[in-house]
Amino acid sequence: MIRLEKVERIFQVGDQQVTALNKVDLSIEAGEYISIMGPSGSGKSTLLNMLGLLDQPTGGRYLLDGKDVTSLTDDEQAYTRQQKIGFVFQFFHLIPRLTAEANIELPMILAGIPEQERKERTQNVLKAIGLENRADHRPDQLSGGQLQRIAIARATIMQPKVLLADEPTGNLDQHSGKEIIQLLEELNSKGLTLIIVTHDINIGKRAHRHIQLVDGKISADESGAL
Amino acid sequence: MNIKDIILFTVHAVTSNRVRTLLMLVAMSIGVGSVIILTSLGEGARHYVIDEFSALGTNLIIVLPGRTETAGNQAGMLFGKTPRDLTVYDAGAIHRSPYVKQIAPISVGSASISYKQRSREGPVIGSSASLLTIRHWEMSQGKFLPPMDYDRTSPVCVIGAETKHELFGNENPLGKWLRIGDRRFRVIGLIASEGRSVGVDVEKLVIIPVASAMAIFNNPSLFRIMVESKNRDMVPSAIKDVERIIRERHQGKDDVTLITQDAVLGTFDKIFTALTFTVAGIGAISLFVAGILIMNVMLVTVSQRTAEIGLLKAIGASKQQITILFMGEAALLSLIGALAGIAFGILVTQTAEIFLPKMTLVAPWWALVAAMVTAITTGILFGILPAQRAARLDPVTALSRR
Repeated sequence: MIRLEKVERIFQVGDQQVTALNKVDLSIEAGEYISIMGPSGSGKSTLLNMLGLLDQPTGGRYLLDGKDVTSLTDDEQAYTRQQKIGFVFQFFHLIPRLTAEANIELPMILAGIPEQERKERTQNVLKAIGLENRADHRPDQLSGGQLQRIAIARATIMQPKVLLADEPTGNLDQHSGKEIIQLLEELNSKGLTLIIVTHDINIGKRAHRHIQLVDGKISADESGAL
Repeated sequence: MNIKDIILFTVHAVTSNRVRTLLMLVAMSIGVGSVIILTSLGEGARHYVIDEFSALGTNLIIVLPGRTETAGNQAGMLFGKTPRDLTVYDAGAIHRSPYVKQIAPISVGSASISYKQRSREGPVIGSSASLLTIRHWEMSQGKFLPPMDYDRTSPVCVIGAETKHELFGNENPLGKWLRIGDRRFRVIGLIASEGRSVGVDVEKLVIIPVASAMAIFNNPSLFRIMVESKNRDMVPSAIKDVERIIRERHQGKDDVTLITQDAVLGTFDKIFTALTFTVAGIGAISLFVAGILIMNVMLVTVSQRTAEIGLLKAIGASKQQITILFMGEAALLSLIGALAGIAFGILVTQTAEIFLPKMTLVAPWWALVAAMVTAITTGILFGILPAQRAARLDPVTALSRR
């Protein structure tokens, strides 16, 4: 489903060039559960942003569902993100003035889904994450674990093919972190491709495939339990 | 994304930051309010002046001696031309026109007016009996000048309230003898002070028969002749007649200037309309300043909400959608501001009306519309830059900020 061919990302920092991704080749099948690990500055987040079409490679090709997405216009990429990709962030990125319900609804509003359907889908997903009685709460009235669950609900409400999680437990305590990982794994078991970037070895090793990045290159790519 | 969702989103954004909203509201409403207050004042002044002139009657023609024109070769211009005098006989002749209802010849000068030991310098008008009805004055005591031939002098005078007060105090002036210049006049009437009259302070006046005035001032020419046509439609015919009669009497020369009350009214109307536009323009400057404030505040908003913009991009918002959302916010803020400004402006003008009972202070409809349109347009225009900045943000950098 995802194929990266010699993808390169070079940042210009002052008059120095920093290579964040160095000719990365990678292919990912639908339904995989992958963890991306590596020291800081190894290019994990850049790779994730690249996969999520938030960042453009400076070289190479990115094929999503067999289609070259690097040549798409900004708005076409926005549409692709809307339809196929879900994001979960370390800092949740919920809009503080909107209720939990409205935050989940937001991608559907942008996609122009009718109000009736939006409400139904939001109710269903709120039930699925066990927060139906928190629908009217704003982010400052919710705990970290609850916030991340809302964020996951928002990321999956458009039924994307890939869920990209950047340190999803990085800002949570052990217990909530575990719950979040369980929720993500549950989604993966229903067919969602799950890619998690993490520092935490305990979380990383739960994945079915482990990618190790060092200096913008894949140094290890192993399947199965560690 | 439909209109309802856009509005809901922007309303949320606007109401969640009260201080910012209040600030922009104040700026916008001062702008819109000042346009409304200033144009109300301009329009009020215009109505006031027009009403004053209309009170004089709109079928009035004023005949002035002399005419501005260029004739002959250049050399002649150096010497200029002395206009022929406009005499009381010219005034009498104008009566012949069938379109003329009444006329009043007017001679004006300043003379010392004294009664016993008291003396004052003041304007003296020489005229005829019909001046009272032409100028819509009323008498508070006694009678106005009696009808008589324009070339006859008569030792009678009519005075205004202030002149009466200065010279006679509480004494009854009727029948008393005044000295005007070197002649003596008997007071036969007192003009009521309520009489409205543009350009003339009725209270300070002394009115004597026209021939007497011309003798005192030793001036053979009238200051002007006021001619009232029988009705408004007859004004053009009356003008033609007056011109013809004067031409016949002045050896075929058109050497008088005719001004109609309508023309004077029209001129004042133009002046005051221009004035209103000018003050509206000044008010519009504050709207412009408000627009700049909106831009500034929106730019701050964009940098405050960088993470939100990054998120919107991540969940698939197009550049256009982000632009619409942020411009919508600017537009909504300026719309609310404009409405508040209209309310503020009307409140102020209504309050001012209590203190200025003679003026009607109502903002003209065009000022309301223009203020609204300018407010919303500046809001949107100044919203473009911040909205585009938001739309162009790089999602990765935007999201990396918390």
